[in-house]
Amino acid sequence: MNLLTGNDLKTGDVIWWAGGQNWSLHVADAQDAGDEGEAILAREEKARRVNASYIVAAEMTDKGPMPLHIKERVRASGPTVRSDLAINTDIPIVGV
Amino acid sequence: MYEYDQYDQAMVDARVEEFRDQTRRRLAGELTEDQFKPLRLMNGLYLQLHAYMLRVAIPYGTLNSEQMKMLGHIARKYDRGYGHFTTRQNIQYNWIKLEDAPDILADLATVEMHAIQTSGNCIRNISSDQFAGAAADELTDPRPWAELLRQWSSFHPEFSYLPRKFKIAVIASDEDRAAMRLHDIGIQLVRNDAGELGAKFFVGGGMGRTPMIGPEIRDFVPADELIHYAEACLRVYNRYGRRDNKYKARIKILVHELGAEEYTRQVEEEFAHMKTLGLNPPVAELARITEFFQDPAYDSRARDELDLTDPDFRIWVEQNTHPHKQTGYAIANISLKPTGGIPGDASADQIDLMADLAKEYSFDELRVTHAQNIVLPHVKKSDLYALWQKLDEAGLAPPNLDLISDMIACPGLDYCSLANARSIPVAQKIGERFADIGRQKELGELKLKISGCINACGHHHAGHIGILGVDRKGVENYQLSLGGSGAEDVSLAKITGPGFDEDGIVDAVEKVTDVYLRDRTNGERFVDTYRRIGMAPFKEALYD
Ligand code: HEM
Ligand code: SF4
Repeated sequence: MNLLTGNDLKTGDVIWWAGGQNWSLHVADAQDAGDEGEAILAREEKARRVNASYIVAAEMTDKGPMPLHIKERVRASGPTVRSDLAINTDIPIVGV
Repeated sequence: MYEYDQYDQAMVDARVEEFRDQTRRRLAGELTEDQFKPLRLMNGLYLQLHAYMLRVAIPYGTLNSEQMKMLGHIARKYDRGYGHFTTRQNIQYNWIKLEDAPDILADLATVEMHAIQTSGNCIRNISSDQFAGAAADELTDPRPWAELLRQWSSFHPEFSYLPRKFKIAVIASDEDRAAMRLHDIGIQLVRNDAGELGAKFFVGGGMGRTPMIGPEIRDFVPADELIHYAEACLRVYNRYGRRDNKYKARIKILVHELGAEEYTRQVEEEFAHMKTLGLNPPVAELARITEFFQDPAYDSRARDELDLTDPDFRIWVEQNTHPHKQTGYAIANISLKPTGGIPGDASADQIDLMADLAKEYSFDELRVTHAQNIVLPHVKKSDLYALWQKLDEAGLAPPNLDLISDMIACPGLDYCSLANARSIPVAQKIGERFADIGRQKELGELKLKISGCINACGHHHAGHIGILGVDRKGVENYQLSLGGSGAEDVSLAKITGPGFDEDGIVDAVEKVTDVYLRDRTNGERFVDTYRRIGMAPFKEALYD
């Protein structure tokens, strides 16, 4: 599946496309954009609902949608060395 | 310390207002990200793995208590309560909001600070010896020259769009505490046989994917021609440095491809031409700047005796203080490397405390070191015990300066969008493995440096032990290298062989230290033993 991600323009927060005009801080809310990724991102960037956006390859797991690449998993979790600042410490970083 | 005149202040203030307007236009949709990105980068604002990241310049690593307090204030008010001190003697904040950035820059400007030229292909923050003005072994204080270079390079129109970023270090002692030879230009202040002050120039050093040690291109440039000479070095680079390939754009590649001799010939030619133009800054300006770097009012009756009966204090004094040029004073190093901590990170409260302690004990002055520690440069020896107690209470007295746990580590994959692997967890695990301070002292001086990718922000090429994080089919993997140094015995580390996983690399570090303990002769540091016995015994221990 293809997830869409980027940063909130104002705050810089990592956000995930959650369908329609919705964006979420939680990768668990992310929706599969299928083949529509480019088109959705063009629209959402233009509306300034997201900044520096791109498409991320992912798979569905029992914890919900999970990016394949470690970098995206760290983005979804927050810094692994500061669990106090993490968004979600439940995201497996290695060995998925 | 240097204080802004009206020009410095006006430049910085104008930049804040300009950026406020640019930010407003970005948020209003009048600027696209493609248009805005170079503008924010010119003000040190990156977009990193989790948020915007702001890099604030600390010129040659020197700052006063008020400025340090401001860094704490920014961490508390606009970030998440901490900052990260970097190997380029700067500080980075990891959780900045774009909408706050103009206010942060405005706050910084009130204490003569900014984030200008902390990104982009321009001359970056000038780095220097963290013990400048205090070290017993220095020829002169290098900071007036660093400041002159700062002023010359700030908004220098000719050098605002170089082929690539450009880093300059200035030192004034034979001991190199600033990794000078690994800079685009390294300058060492020296005296000639006639006793006149001048500078030795090294050009074309650097780390990154193609590490190189800068060759000496001139053994003596008279002090009052130093700026001209630097300008000539940059002009040749600006003209012929490669702009077609980012990875070959640094000056080190130009110097390497032309050969140091031919590069030098061209610089000398340019220099001769420039001398006819009379553009050197007036000597009066250097004199004005130098005035700001006079010695503080030392107590001439301060005494050298120190009561070392407290064994913990004794260990800290032995490890973390350095000889001061003034009798009765010491240079105190505050290690930001507690066991299991994040190298270079300090909380807002710790930053505040260090500011207060500098005010109380160090004539209001602090320094940031390229090893990601903090220095109180002028502490009366009779105050050291009280200082140590206060530091210790705040977790700021690990007695590990230059020991294995005093690691340099870049932010790695926990924060950096260019990373291949995490650096910090590796640093933490190594720190925990070697937590026993007796064991660390037994290993002696051992510089361990970790980068999360080939860009080498963590100086792994210059580590006695270097670790580089790589991506092996989507899995973090760590390459070990040995024998580097960023000091006066500069050398580049060599890779031992195949890499290791996260736990494997910690074991590997332990194995190479075991080889050292087994094979060292009296007085040898780890790197000396490596240089004497070579790679083979280490390889054998690692891979057989
Ligand atoms: C997180 C944001 C950062 C980014 C995007 C970044 C990017 C880079 C890049 C691309 C290079 C390679 C330049 C080249 O070879 O041409 C580099 C080198 C370097 N960076 Fe960083 N870096 C970051 C953070 C840091 C930090 C935190 C430090 C200090 C701890 C640092 C210090 C250095 C140093 C010392 C070098 C190598 C020296 C050199 O060749 O210039 N950087 N950085
Ligand atoms: S070395 Fe690589 S991972 Fe580390 S901070 Fe530099 S760019 Fe990021």
